[in-house]
Amino acid sequence: MFEHLVSLAIESIFINNILLALFLGMCSFLGCAKNIKTATGLGLAVIFVLTITTPANWAINHFLLRDGALAWAGYPELDLSFLVFITFIAVIASQVQLVEMLMEKFSPGLYVSLGIFLPLIAVNCAILGTSLFMEQRQYSFAEACVFGFSSGIGWFLAIVAFSAVLQKLKYAHLPKGLSGFAINMITTGLIAMAFMAFAGIKLTS
Amino acid sequence: MLKKIKKSKEFKILIEPIIHANPIAKAVLGICSALAVTTQVIPSIVMVLAMTFVLTFSNITVSILRNVIPKNIRIIVELVVIASLVIVADQVLKAFLYDVSKQLSVFVGLIITNCIIMGRAEAFALGNNPWYSMWDGIGNGLGYGYILIVVAIFRELLGAGSLLGIQVVPQFFYDAGYENMGLMLLAPGVFITIGLLIWLQNILAKQEN
Repeated sequence: MFEHLVSLAIESIFINNILLALFLGMCSFLGCAKNIKTATGLGLAVIFVLTITTPANWAINHFLLRDGALAWAGYPELDLSFLVFITFIAVIASQVQLVEMLMEKFSPGLYVSLGIFLPLIAVNCAILGTSLFMEQRQYSFAEACVFGFSSGIGWFLAIVAFSAVLQKLKYAHLPKGLSGFAINMITTGLIAMAFMAFAGIKLTS
Repeated sequence: MLKKIKKSKEFKILIEPIIHANPIAKAVLGICSALAVTTQVIPSIVMVLAMTFVLTFSNITVSILRNVIPKNIRIIVELVVIASLVIVADQVLKAFLYDVSKQLSVFVGLIITNCIIMGRAEAFALGNNPWYSMWDGIGNGLGYGYILIVVAIFRELLGAGSLLGIQVVPQFFYDAGYENMGLMLLAPGVFITIGLLIWLQNILAKQEN
């Protein structure tokens, strides 16, 4: 069991990286990578939010929405799974709001460094995407926790690596049309290619 | 007649996002799904239709409600409108195009967090009447769509040698040693394709000026 979880973590950090292989969270990835400090802050906030929203959405899906989930309330034939989109996004938005308020109250230092990124994260597709993949692949609770956390780590690694490359890219002489968004996409492509080297790593047979 | 259409404000709103302010190429919005679904042309077309549907109707709805929504909760209201429309689109796809909807998997759901929709609701629909908002929605949907379809054509042609699922590259090419470029179907291929496309568009835009 433990081995299986570690293998899932490695798979979602390196092999099926949420950003480089599944393309989730590109908007904020491209928008906030100019400054390495901002990138680190945003990456940490994504790890944090993913770690709490994925298990929460798992519980809601497991006990309320999936086919036959309401058997405990006496409605075994009810299937509310068409409501996942609206429920997941509502859970994410409200949880982000809640975290922001708690942080402001109890840890102002962290709030100052992460606070500005939290509202941005509510509409980051990486968060919703992770929950939807979790639902689609029918993970167990432990798997959902590990999947959420390690997806966050994968996103963090990708944005920090990209931001570091951009620092060096500032000094490169590029053709006019290529600089900006175009070279950013190509750089991301090369990082993705580097991450493909991890494909094939497996702990359990 | 044609001149009259060309001069109308509706036409301007429709054409602006397709050529001058393309949501993907110029504003870097909504590329998540653009990257993920473009391995083949057919799923991309379906995605464009779903996206245009959601974008148009969310613009209309938000525009109708624009004087009723309180300012500080408008984001949540917009999210609810968008999410409900996405559920409709998803259910229709599941009912009538089951195979394609399986291929698109979670990316139909991710239309909710596509920044184009939220962006247009915030930037256009909140300040304009429903009629103009509808044209803005259609225009942005098509502007998003044409990039998506161009990328998908390149990827399917180079990666699998087919278009719309029909084999295009003839067999004697393969016999002569031609091989499909597997990289185009994987993640790095699409990043590089989009990068090169944007480069091309930047050059063309500069020549126009």
